[in-house]
Amino acid sequence: MSKYHLDHLEQLESEAIHIMREVAGQFEKPALLFSGGKDSITLVHLALKAFRPGKFPFPLVHIDTGHNFQEALDFRDALAEKTGEKLIVRYVEDTIRQQNLAEPKGKFASRNALQTFTLLDTIQEFGFDACIGGARRDEEKARAKERIFSVRDEFGQWDPKLQRPELWNTYNGRIHKGENVRVFPISNWTELDIWNYIRRENIELPSIYFAHDREVLEHEGQLVALSAFIQREETDKISTRRVRYRTVGDMTCTAAVESTATTIDAIISEIIATKTSERGETRIDDKVSEAAMEDRKKSGYF
Amino acid sequence: MDILRFITAGSVDDGKSTLIGRLLYDSKSIMIDQLEAIEKQTRNREEGDIDLALLTDGLRAEREQGITIDVAYKYFSTPKRKFIIADAPGHIQYTRNMVTGASNANLIIILIDARHGVIEQTRRHSIIASLLNIPHVVVAVNKMDMVDYSQDIYNNIVIDYAAVAASLGLPQVTYIPISALHGDNIVDRSERLSWYEGETLLNLLENVEIQNDTDLQHARFPVQYVIRPQTDLLHDYRGYAGKLISGIYQKGDQVTILPSGLQTTISRIEVGGREVEEAFAPQSVVLHLADNVDVSRGDVIVASHDLPNISQELDVLLCWMGNKPLTEGNRYLLQINSRQVKSIVKEIRYKLDVNSLQQEVSSGTVGLNEVVRATIKTASPVAYDAYKDLRVNGGAILIDETSHVTVGACMIQ
Repeated sequence: MSKYHLDHLEQLESEAIHIMREVAGQFEKPALLFSGGKDSITLVHLALKAFRPGKFPFPLVHIDTGHNFQEALDFRDALAEKTGEKLIVRYVEDTIRQQNLAEPKGKFASRNALQTFTLLDTIQEFGFDACIGGARRDEEKARAKERIFSVRDEFGQWDPKLQRPELWNTYNGRIHKGENVRVFPISNWTELDIWNYIRRENIELPSIYFAHDREVLEHEGQLVALSAFIQREETDKISTRRVRYRTVGDMTCTAAVESTATTIDAIISEIIATKTSERGETRIDDKVSEAAMEDRKKSGYF
Repeated sequence: MDILRFITAGSVDDGKSTLIGRLLYDSKSIMIDQLEAIEKQTRNREEGDIDLALLTDGLRAEREQGITIDVAYKYFSTPKRKFIIADAPGHIQYTRNMVTGASNANLIIILIDARHGVIEQTRRHSIIASLLNIPHVVVAVNKMDMVDYSQDIYNNIVIDYAAVAASLGLPQVTYIPISALHGDNIVDRSERLSWYEGETLLNLLENVEIQNDTDLQHARFPVQYVIRPQTDLLHDYRGYAGKLISGIYQKGDQVTILPSGLQTTISRIEVGGREVEEAFAPQSVVLHLADNVDVSRGDVIVASHDLPNISQELDVLLCWMGNKPLTEGNRYLLQINSRQVKSIVKEIRYKLDVNSLQQEVSSGTVGLNEVVRATIKTASPVAYDAYKDLRVNGGAILIDETSHVTVGACMIQ
C-alpha cells in the first residue's frame, strides 16, 4: 500500500469535513443540530477538525423535548463549555404551550413528532438557512434516498420526488429566502464506522452508551427505561437489567439493549455480532408503519 | 480497508434490486428486523419467496409502483472493503438521478438480461458510464438460470457488448454470468456455471484495483473557506481550508493562485489541526501561504509547474437535467468545485443520441435528459482540467438562478 493512501475512516472524515466547510462557505446563518447522541457528538468532533483554531461558523442547536436522558443533557452542556462554542436550546414544552399543541397520549407518549414544530420555529427565529444534522443513510430507507444537501421549503418539507441532482462533490446550496437546507455530512457512514471512528479518535460519550444497571419495563420485547414520562400499569413487567443504549433519543421512544459492554471495544464486538439493525432494536416510533420516517421527513423532521 | 463506490445500472426487470438484495443478504448485511419487514410486505403482496428487491425500494411511491425513482445508497462491508452502492433507476425518465449516482462511482455494474442481450437501455447506461468516465465497468449477464446457464448465449452477449465498449472507448470491461435470484456467482461460485473461470462478483468487487482512481500527479486545491481566528494569540493566523482534490503538496512547494495568477509558496500544512510536512488527495487540509496574497473561496491553489487550463470559454458535453428546456443563449450560474460564476450557453453544437451515440443536428433547444456538445462562456475565468484526464477538476454544474435548481452537468472537454 502506498503511503499516500487513506483508509475508509480517513476518507469518510475528509468527506465530512469538506461538506461542513461547504456549509461555512455557502451560507449566511448555518446551525449544527445537536441531540446529545453519538452521531451529533461525532459531528462536533469533525467540526473541530474542520474549523480549529477558528471558532465554529455556526452555533450548536438542541431541540429539547423535555424527555431527554439527564446524562445526555449534562454531556451536552459540558461539551459546549469545553469547546467554548455557542449552544442554543429551545424547548418543545414552550411550543406546546404557545401553540396549544395536543400532548401525545398513550403509554409511551412520544414528543418526537412535536420536535418538528419547535425546530421550524427555531429555524425561523434565528433565520437559519442551513442545518447540519447527523442522519446517516444506513439508518433507514427514506434516509437512504436523501441528498447530502437536502432542500426544504419554508414549511420544512422534504419532497423526495423533487430532489436536486447532486454531482461529484459539488454542492448547490442556493435557496430562496425562507427555505433552508438540511446538510448531512455523515450520510455515508454506517453505525459501525461511527463506533470505529469514536474508538480511533478517542471521542468521549455520555455514560448511557456503556453498560449500566437500570430499572426497565419490558414491552413487546423491548426494554424501556422507567421514567416520569411513561405511564406505568400494574401488569408491567419491571426489572433491573444490565443495559446500554445503542442510540440516544427520548426516554419514551428509545429502547435499551441488554449488554455487559463497558468499553468501546466491547461495544464494537457486540455491534459486529448483532442481528438487529440500530433503529429496529432501539426505536419504538419507527415501527408504526413502513413509511414512518418518510412521512415525518416530508413534514419537516430532521 | 478502503472504500469502493459503485453504481448498478439496469431496470427492475433486469433484476437490479434483486442483485443488490442478494449482495446484502449473502454478505450478511441484512438484519433480522429488516428481513422480517420485507417478509411481511411480501406476504402483503401475496407472493411466494421473500422478495429481495424490497430491500432497496425506499419511498412509498416506489414500493407502490414497483419502480426505482431516485438513487438509494446502500452500505455493506467485507473484511477487505467498505462498499457504497448507488442503487440508481434505469429508466430514461430518471437519467438525471442515475447521473447523480454515477458521478462519484469507481465502478459501474451494467446488468444485462441473458434472455434479451444488449438492448437500447444497455447502450444508454454504457454511454452514461463513458460520459462520466467511470473507471471500471463490470457487465453482469443476469438471469442465466432462465437460459439454462448456456455458455453460448453468454458468449454471444460478451461479443455484442465488446462492440459497444469499443465504440464508446470504455476502458477495461469485466464480464460475469450470474443469477441474482438464485445467488449464482454473486458471493459463492456456481456449479451450474462451472464453465466460467473468473471471479465471483463479490470477489471482483473486493479485488478491483482502485488506488489509481485518485490522481496524485496534479495538485489542485479549491479554497472553500478562510480560517481567521482573529484572537490576540492567533492574530496573524490565516489558513485556507479546503480539500486537496488531486495531487500532493509539500511544505515549500511553489504554487499559483487561480484565476489571479499570483504566485507564492506553501509555508505550512495542517491536517485536522496537526502540522504535517505533506498532504495528498483526498485529504481535507488547511494551507498557509508564505506571502500575504489575496485568496478567497472559489480560488484554486495549483502547483506552479503544472497549471490547469484557464479560460472563459468552455467546450463541454452537457447532460441537461432541467424540467424546462435549455435554449441557446440562456444564462446560468456555473459551479465547479467551490467556484460559482455567471455563464451563458453560447452555442449548442450538436446533440448526442444517447441510444446510438450518433451526433445529430441540434434544434437549438435541449430537453430533459438530453446530451449535447455546447460552448459555455463565463463571466470570469475558470481554472479546469479536461474531465477525461482529471474528473475531480473537470466537472461543473449549471444552476438556474431563478429557481436555484441544478439543471445541467458539464463534462469539460
